[in-house]
Amino acid sequence: MLETFGHLPVAWLLFAVLAAAAFMAFYVGRTQAVGIARGYTSQLNSQPNYHGYFVAMATIAPAAIILFLYILFGESLVRAQIAGELPERIRALGDLELAQYIDRISEHATRRDALATGNALFDAASDRYTDLVGLSRIAAILLAVLAAAGGFFFGRSRLSGDFRARARVEDGIKFLLFLCAAIAVLTTIGIVASLLFEALRFFSRVNVFSFLFGTEWNAQTGADFGAIPLFFGTFLIAFLAMLVAAPIGLFSAIYLSEYASPRVRSIVKPILELLAGIPTVVYGFFALQFVAPIVRASATWINGLPFIPDGFLAAQPTSALAAGLVMGIMIIPFVSSLSDDVINAVPQTLRDGAYAMGATKSETVKQVVMPAALPGVIAALLLAVSRAIGETMIVVMAAGQRAQITPDPTADLTTITVQIVALLTGDTEFDSAKTLSAFALGFVLFIVTLIFNLIALRVVKKYREKYE
Amino acid sequence: MNSPSEGAANTGSFVTEEALRRLKKRHGAEARFKLYGQLAIGIAIVALVTLLISIFGQASSAFSRHVLSYDLNIEASYVDPERTRDPDTIARNVSGFNLMLQDQLADEFLSEDADRNIQRELYGMFTRLAVLPIARATADSPQTIGSEQTFNVALADDIDLFLKGGVSARKSVAVGVVAAGEGSVEDGITLTLASLDAVEKLRATLTELTRTDVDNAPAVALMKAGNTWYRLEESEGRSLSLTYLAGPRMLPSNGAAIEALVLAQSQENRTVTDRQIAWTEILRAQGRIKSKLNTTLFTNSDSTYPELAGTAAAIVGSLLTMLVTAMLAIPVGIFAAVYLEEFAPKNKLTSLIEVNINNLAAVPSIVFGLLGAAVFINFMGLPRSVPLVGGLVLGLLVLPTVIIASRAALTAVPPSIRTAALGVGASKTQSVFHHVLPLAAPGIMTGAIIGMARALGETAPLLLIGMVAFVAEVPDGPMDESTVLPVLIYKWSTGAERAWEPQTAAAIIVLLVFLVLMNLIAIILRRRFERRW
Repeated sequence: MLETFGHLPVAWLLFAVLAAAAFMAFYVGRTQAVGIARGYTSQLNSQPNYHGYFVAMATIAPAAIILFLYILFGESLVRAQIAGELPERIRALGDLELAQYIDRISEHATRRDALATGNALFDAASDRYTDLVGLSRIAAILLAVLAAAGGFFFGRSRLSGDFRARARVEDGIKFLLFLCAAIAVLTTIGIVASLLFEALRFFSRVNVFSFLFGTEWNAQTGADFGAIPLFFGTFLIAFLAMLVAAPIGLFSAIYLSEYASPRVRSIVKPILELLAGIPTVVYGFFALQFVAPIVRASATWINGLPFIPDGFLAAQPTSALAAGLVMGIMIIPFVSSLSDDVINAVPQTLRDGAYAMGATKSETVKQVVMPAALPGVIAALLLAVSRAIGETMIVVMAAGQRAQITPDPTADLTTITVQIVALLTGDTEFDSAKTLSAFALGFVLFIVTLIFNLIALRVVKKYREKYE
Repeated sequence: MNSPSEGAANTGSFVTEEALRRLKKRHGAEARFKLYGQLAIGIAIVALVTLLISIFGQASSAFSRHVLSYDLNIEASYVDPERTRDPDTIARNVSGFNLMLQDQLADEFLSEDADRNIQRELYGMFTRLAVLPIARATADSPQTIGSEQTFNVALADDIDLFLKGGVSARKSVAVGVVAAGEGSVEDGITLTLASLDAVEKLRATLTELTRTDVDNAPAVALMKAGNTWYRLEESEGRSLSLTYLAGPRMLPSNGAAIEALVLAQSQENRTVTDRQIAWTEILRAQGRIKSKLNTTLFTNSDSTYPELAGTAAAIVGSLLTMLVTAMLAIPVGIFAAVYLEEFAPKNKLTSLIEVNINNLAAVPSIVFGLLGAAVFINFMGLPRSVPLVGGLVLGLLVLPTVIIASRAALTAVPPSIRTAALGVGASKTQSVFHHVLPLAAPGIMTGAIIGMARALGETAPLLLIGMVAFVAEVPDGPMDESTVLPVLIYKWSTGAERAWEPQTAAAIIVLLVFLVLMNLIAIILRRRFERRW
């Protein structure tokens, strides 16, 4: 019995049971309300349907809470229990290996076609694990059913002629809506908490300062966690990208908002936005297959020039320049559409004033519109930089893996995001310094982009208010 | 003082040389400034067009594939040695089918005494798994065992690339007719040709194709007389010394026309050997090599051989992941937007949520991958590489996008709708759910689809939750190990063989087609249903 439950896909079953219970509760509540009013439903404070909704809500809400708690904590409870039951010599292994041992048990136990391994202790533990999972499920289901029944009777007991069922139901809906809005906040909390937690675990093994200011990065094989080369690579590539995106994006925005006819604008703007819709992995492929060979060939050609010392440029098959150029193309639409917005927000009266003084269009743009739009444009550029720093696929595919500090853009450099992917791809153990370093890098990345974003969003908001 | 109406006559004093020069300069600056703008847009569009052309150019060769139409004698001794007639056993007997194909190829193309290296060259024209469809077809109809059947066997990726013009630069030269020939197939042949000019032309082509910059290896000429192929070893004056490669084992007769295929790279520097080229050309001359639409790209799952790899499993994986993403992001996003736009009181908590959502929209996607790895996999113990986890991560990733788009759609509904509903006695909730939300639905759906399109193209967070695993089977459900299209593209792009490049480009086009479709739906929705007040 316990064993069958341990294997059963209970989630769907429960979902169906809960849905059925909700329907039944709705029907009961509605009938009861009609009964209370003896058919004259206009006597009721709320429509009978709302009484039905209320009972249904009272029935499933407590059950849902219990099941949610079970999903969150059920497995950890089972694991804690099985850890307590394992013999002393295995418990003496230490937290990490114990956790891995239980991982293996859990994996073995959840596979239904798993055969006995022959290791008596392991098999017994695995069987016990299945039983415990079954037990915890039965307990959770029983509790949920009890809670649902309790809620159901509570809901029924509240119904009466002047019971404000609609208001209660709407309170419930509002709370549900609030929960949905809160998920966004929970996500942020989840990001900060998980990154911080894992990063702190990393910093308990590796000194913060040697991480932030060390110049040797060799996380895959050695234990060198000096992240300066990664920061350098990240910012160099972001800088190269901005060299492409800032002028092209800005000039496109100026042309589109000040010079282009509505017809041209309506054609060109969607084309530029197409650039933003192309997946980054496609840009990465483009950088790797098309741009990187050109960069390499150009570098080889420059090396061959008579007055250039031999090996002046590294001319690697993947290079910071290739990644930077393509990333620049990718963020053109960010710069252009954000700048377009701020330029359009500059009041027409300012322009008209300038024209009245006899200024040409370009003089108006350079001396009136741009100074007025400057904070917004800077914010747009900041957002673009933050985007460039956090971009992953282009650099993973076209920038390389070598952690080094060199001003030569044709050398292969590595970035924060490349290292995160390299460290966490494939099978990862959550307790090695190698894996944890990825979270420390992620934390740095999050903080840096957050600062950029916060400044940019604040400036944009201030700026909008100024001209509204 | 001049009044404007008096015109240019009296303003003569202002129009100095100096002023005209300045004006010209200013107008020049104006024209240049405008040009910069046009140039910027031009560069952006050129970049986009280059990207698309380079990808479509790469991909075009992957959408067709060369197969050999081969009459295969299905012999029971190979495919079903134990006479089980059991479909499963037959379908699994890949090595038996492989051996059968190899032996029949050897019967046709090799002499009895051919050494192992030559055999290996012949067998190398097909990958081991190329017989898989044959095995399946035979298993489906066991009565074909013992009879001769025509099958299309996929050629190995390098041969396919050669047939598409890759592998090596090449040129065909007609060398004229044979005047005299001596020697034997075994020990080498010396031919004397009728025309010195034609041989000189051949030599000129050889020098022309020799690439001095890269490996400095001389170009190679393969010679064809009738259906027999030779390799040119030396040439002097009108005489050529040749080694036999493939085809009927004979000397060219006097008066036979000789053609040369000059290849820029010698066989040490390319992936297809001289003999394989000769066989390929013979088969092509016989009309047995056909170019077919590459349906494996859509019907097969991932494979270690590029010519057998397809996107089927990744497409299903992507769909499952999108399903989970949609189930999370769309309802939660819409409800959150409704709360913030219609119900939220103006207080600190609300403004915190708003700032937070705007920030979340700008958080790098890889950070969401870290969140997924730490929370869903490490903390909650969900399995790696499954669409459920991928969908949850992507759902959180696009949630801010959906919220922002839905809020914009809700704001666009005029307040008069709300006041009218409230005026006839609806509650706040009723006015929102019965009137505002349906009117905002097209805008909300547009935003939701655009958010989904973003999720469909996302790669980085999925790498961190293990969706890079090699998945050879179409996943059954959201808890089954799977991969998604963009990740498959990433994996293929890291493949070492050249044949992965067109394959990757083709997968990119499959992805882009899905994205274009989704955006088209969004545009149509917007055009068709959006109301402007």
